Amino acid sequence: MSNLNKIKSILIKKTLKLDCGKEISNFPLAYETYGNLNEKKDNAILIFHALTGDQYASGINPITKKEGWWNYAVGPGKSFDTDKFFVICANVIGGCMGSYGPGTIDPLTNQPIGTNFPVITINDMVNAQYNLLDYFNIEKLFAVAGGSMGGMQVLQFVSNFPNKARVALPIACTASHSAQNIAFNELGRQAIMSDSNWKEGLYDEKSTNPDKGLAVARMAAHITYLSKQGLQEKFGRNLQERSDLKFGFDADFQIESYLRYQGSVFVDRFDANSYLYITRAMDYFDLTKQFGGNLSKAFKDSKTKFFIISFTSDWLYPTSENKDIVIALNAIGADVGFVEIKTDKGHDSFLLNVPDFLSTIKNYLNTTYSNINERRI
Amino acid sequence: MKEEFKVISKFIEEKSRVLDVGCGDGILMEYLSKNKVVDVRGLEISKEKVKKCLSKGLAVIEGDAENDLKQFPDLSFDYVILSQTLQAFMSPEKVIENLLRVGKKVIVTIPNFGHWKVRLDLLFKGEMPVTKNLPYQWYNTPNLHMCTIQDFYNFCNNKGINIYKTISLNGEKISNISNSNLKYKNLISELGIFLLEK
Repeated sequence: MSNLNKIKSILIKKTLKLDCGKEISNFPLAYETYGNLNEKKDNAILIFHALTGDQYASGINPITKKEGWWNYAVGPGKSFDTDKFFVICANVIGGCMGSYGPGTIDPLTNQPIGTNFPVITINDMVNAQYNLLDYFNIEKLFAVAGGSMGGMQVLQFVSNFPNKARVALPIACTASHSAQNIAFNELGRQAIMSDSNWKEGLYDEKSTNPDKGLAVARMAAHITYLSKQGLQEKFGRNLQERSDLKFGFDADFQIESYLRYQGSVFVDRFDANSYLYITRAMDYFDLTKQFGGNLSKAFKDSKTKFFIISFTSDWLYPTSENKDIVIALNAIGADVGFVEIKTDKGHDSFLLNVPDFLSTIKNYLNTTYSNINERRI
Repeated sequence: MKEEFKVISKFIEEKSRVLDVGCGDGILMEYLSKNKVVDVRGLEISKEKVKKCLSKGLAVIEGDAENDLKQFPDLSFDYVILSQTLQAFMSPEKVIENLLRVGKKVIVTIPNFGHWKVRLDLLFKGEMPVTKNLPYQWYNTPNLHMCTIQDFYNFCNNKGINIYKTISLNGEKISNISNSNLKYKNLISELGIFLLEK
C-alpha cells in the first residue's frame, strides 16, 4: 500500500468517548468526496460503507486500482448522481484505509496498535463521521445512505442526529444483529485467530500476516452474501479447468476455485485485525435494545424521510428484518417508503448491477430533492 | 384523473393525514399532495407499482392490507382510502374493521354488482357479467367478494358503521345516494363511494 499518502483525511482533535468507556482524540478519519458542494450546501449525501468497504465508493480506488465498491450507484448520472449531489464517504474507525484502526502505527512503539485498539461500535463509527459535517460546514445533509453495515450506520446516524439528514436510505440491513449474523462473524474471527500468524493480534505488517485465516473468513462470509439459486446458476457443479474429478482436495469445482480466489485477493487489501474489530461492531449493534426494546423511540424526534430497501434473495439481512424497521417507523407516523426488490443476487445485490434497485433510488432522490427545493421557494 | 378520485379528494379536508390503501401508481396520492396540504402515505401490493410511487418520491410501502394494516396505530390517520379493492380480499369484513381502527374516517369505493348491465348479463345470457369495471372472466378474476351498493349499505348498518355520505358514479355523472333513492341508484351506478366512520 505505497499510495497511502494520497488518502485524504481529517484529524479529529476533540475527544470521542467510545461505548467501551475509553476515550480517543487526535485521530485520523480518512474520506473521499465526489461531485461538488453547492452554494446553499444542501446537496450533500453521506454514504456509509459496509464491512469490507472503504471511502472509495466511486471511480477507481487509488490504492487497490480496482473499481470503487459502489461504482454502480455513485457517479455522474448514476443513482447518487454526482453531477447533482456532493457525495462524502469515510473509512470507518477500526478500518484499514487510512482511518484510525488497529493497523495505525502507535508512535510510542512504532508498531501497529493491533489488539490494543479499543473495541468500537456502530455508534462510535457514526459519531466519528459526524465530524465531517463540521469540516465541510454542512448544516444539514440531503441524505444518508448505506447497505448492510452501512445501513446500520444510517439508522444509528438518524437516531443520534435526528434532524441532520432530510432523507435516510438504509438498505439490506437490520436494527439488531441476529444470532445467525453473529454466528457467521464469529466463524470468520475464529478463522483469523486460529491462524498462527495472528499472534494475539500483534503481528507486524512487515512480517507474515494471518492471511490464511483472513482468506477463510472471507470465503465463509462470501457464501452468505450470495443466494443458493445465484450460486447454482453461476457455478452449478461445473468443474474447474478439468474434465473429470481428480479424487483429491484441489479445487475440482468452479465454486471452490472462485471462493479461493475471493479469499486470496481480499488479503491484499484488508487487515485481519480490522476484520475482527468491524465484525465485532456489527455484532454489538442492537438499536432496539439501545431504546429499551422499542425501536420506534430511536426515531421519535426525526423528521427524516425514510426509504428502506430489501432484496428477495437476501437471507443474511432478510426482508423481515428490514420490515421491522418499517413497522417501527409506521408506529410513530414517520414518512417511510419500502420496497423489496426481486433479484437472485442475494445480500450482495446492493453492490451489484440490479437495474430496478439503482433506478428506483435515482428517481427517489432526484424527485425528493426537487420537491424539497420547490417547497422552500 | 378519474372522476372517482375527484370525488374522493373533495371529501378530504386540508391539513389532514391520509393513508391510501392499494394506492396503485400513486395518481391519487400525487394529486392530493400537490393540490391539498395533506400528509399522504400509501400501501401497495405490486412491486412494480411501489417502485413507480417511490420514483415519484411518494411515501409508499410494499405490503397488503390484510397483513400490513396492523402495523399502523389506532386512529393514526384522518382518512383511510380504499379504492375498488375491497372485493379482492380474503376477508373484506376484517379489512374494513382494520380501516376503521386506523382511520378516523374511511373512504371506500366499490364496483357495483347491482348495476343493470350486470343484472341483465346474468338474467338473459345466464353468464357471469364482464363489464368495464369488472373486466375479468369468472376463472381469472381477483374479485372474490363482489357486492352491490345495497349490500354494502346493509353491511354497514348491521355492523353499526356510520355512513356519512354516499356518492353514485355512473360514467362521469356524480350524484348523491340517500335512503330514498338507494334502490334506483343501486341499479344505475357503476361505482359507489362511501364516507364511513365507526
